[in-house]
Amino acid sequence: MSEPILKVRDLRLDIPVPAGTLHAVRGIDFDVAPGETLCIVGESGSGKSLTSLAVMGLLGSAIRRSAAELSFDGIDLQKASRRQMRALRGNRMAMIFQEPMTSLNPAYTIGDQLAEALRLHRPISKGDALKRAADLLRLVGITAAESRLRQFPHQLSGGLRQRVMIAMALICEPDLLIADEPTTALDVTIQAQILRLLVDLREKLGMALILITHDLGVVGRVADKVAVMYAGELVETGPAEQIFRNPAHPYTRGLLDCIPVPGRITRGQRLGTIPGIVPSLIGRQAGCIFRDRCPEAIPACTGDIPLRELARGHRLRCIHPQGRRIAEEISA
Amino acid sequence: MLGFILKRLGLALLVALTVSFISFSLLYLSGDPATAIAGESANAQDVQAIRELYGFDRPMLVQYFDWLWNALRFDFGQSYYFKLPVADLIADRLGVTMRLGLAAISFALIVAIPLGVVAAMRPNSLIDKLALFLSVAGQAMPSFWFALVLISVFSIKLGLVPASGSTSWRHFILPTVVLGYYAMPAIMRLTRAGMLEVLSSDYIRTARAKGASEGRVMFRHALRNAIIPVVSLAAVQMGFMLGGSIVVESIFALHGAGFLAWESISRNDLPTVQALILVFSMFYIVFTLLADIVNAWLDPRMRAA
Ligand SMILES: Nc1ncnc2c1ncn2[C@@H]1O[C@H](COP(=O)(O)OP(=O)(O)O)[C@@H](O)[C@H]1O
Ligand code: SF4
Ligand SMILES: [Mg+2]
Repeated sequence: MSEPILKVRDLRLDIPVPAGTLHAVRGIDFDVAPGETLCIVGESGSGKSLTSLAVMGLLGSAIRRSAAELSFDGIDLQKASRRQMRALRGNRMAMIFQEPMTSLNPAYTIGDQLAEALRLHRPISKGDALKRAADLLRLVGITAAESRLRQFPHQLSGGLRQRVMIAMALICEPDLLIADEPTTALDVTIQAQILRLLVDLREKLGMALILITHDLGVVGRVADKVAVMYAGELVETGPAEQIFRNPAHPYTRGLLDCIPVPGRITRGQRLGTIPGIVPSLIGRQAGCIFRDRCPEAIPACTGDIPLRELARGHRLRCIHPQGRRIAEEISA
Repeated sequence: MLGFILKRLGLALLVALTVSFISFSLLYLSGDPATAIAGESANAQDVQAIRELYGFDRPMLVQYFDWLWNALRFDFGQSYYFKLPVADLIADRLGVTMRLGLAAISFALIVAIPLGVVAAMRPNSLIDKLALFLSVAGQAMPSFWFALVLISVFSIKLGLVPASGSTSWRHFILPTVVLGYYAMPAIMRLTRAGMLEVLSSDYIRTARAKGASEGRVMFRHALRNAIIPVVSLAAVQMGFMLGGSIVVESIFALHGAGFLAWESISRNDLPTVQALILVFSMFYIVFTLLADIVNAWLDPRMRAA
């Protein structure tokens, strides 16, 4: 694998709230290399969107961001000026969102909005930009592209709008695309099409893709790497086949038990229905954040639990040295 | 778009017809017009003569259509008081009022919209609080009092601008400020509220994700959408300003249509009052129509409505 295009080390996001400080995201580490797909999974509220917005520099001024390292193609994003960030956004790193119905400006045509995305970063005439916009619409599988350019968002279905969003994100041929639950708001049949499209385009364009999703079935099919988040923390990360074959963290295993696997009798719960609730993230945290819900918690879980490397690229935040199997041996 | 305009135009005509009937009925709502014209000392015979002369003895509907037909040709009859054609009187005075109204609404928009935008960009900042204070003060302060304060400072103490008359553009400065200031709070707050709502919307995040500059995000993406309700409000206020400049016109001795309305009401000069109501209403209708058209241009979703 080539050098990572995006490196994130110990990312933290703190939000001042009336009751104190909300430590919404803590200790996030991951890399993505060109041509690679990283899937971030975790139940809703675990900080996946905040993390991706932090990479894009799109957090509001109310949220404090800090990291040991946050770099894109060698550029330190923490030191980058607003102008430098603007030059990167939409150009070398692009993002699509969960809400296709509301993510396009209702006042402008599809063509205007696509052309704008290109013209913000390339010295090109409006007419040429519109030609390229039509090419992009065809690339994302929209027929009658020229007439779509003249339409307004309210004239398009959700699936079409998400395709337009993808076209807009890709129009400058970014090195990194972040797709934050791009299919959650869509019909099931459309979901599969959009995912297929994203994966095809990643291959075709050779960019790095961060795909945030609820759907472990999707992760199994498309991910090169997986990062599992729980309550704002990275609990486990590693190569996809490693995570699926050898899930080490009790939370990851809880998630994987939720998907029906042929030949396995255990019918698990659905994602996000592991018993218990996520603790409040306001104020200082001590110990493992998952321990209230963890079936394997021991007294020592109230201490500091750092992220440890289990195998090459496979890292874990749990007190048990090798995850469950070792834990079972200990208790046996 | 054309269909939309035609639809709105039809609606506007319907409203105009209704308004014209109401302003016509005014003549009867305020008692027997012949008695009013004849004056208190007239005897029954004189009153009857006047009734026949003016055609008040005909059926009301006939009189209405007669009046409407004439009004369409800008013939509103004779003023009871001035003994002049009402149309000439109004034409003479309308220029001043229109100039004042346009200046005042422009002034209000030019000050209030940027203020609303800045307040929304930095909610709860000093500038936001200042804007809020201005709008509260604007609504609490009677306009005659504000006018007197301005006159005493800028005309009497500093001698910068004339206090009364309408002969030069400088005469319009203080009246514009007073009249425009009244419209500012609502425009400012609607702009601020609209911007706050739009700025938290997903498509603004998209614009930023594309790498648009803050100025571009604010004006091209946010204000364009936030301004839509402001256009309608401004049209309504422009309508109010034309009719409601009575106080301002009389303080600054601007002999405009507002002042004429005041004079005519106090003199029971019904044809003039009738015609003024009709003219003001027509302006109101035209402004609302214009606002609808501008909004349809701003908001593509409205064109289908
Ligand atoms: N601006 C904010 N102010 C306060 N809390 C926030 C803000 N944005 C997000 N949060 C909180 O941070 C947590 C993570 O949110 P998010 O990143 O949207 O989760 P996910 O995308 O994984 O569902 C949530 O609990 C959410 O309530
Ligand atoms: S550290 Fe303890 S509580 Fe946390 S996941 Fe591991 S076993 Fe469970
Ligand atoms: Mg999310």
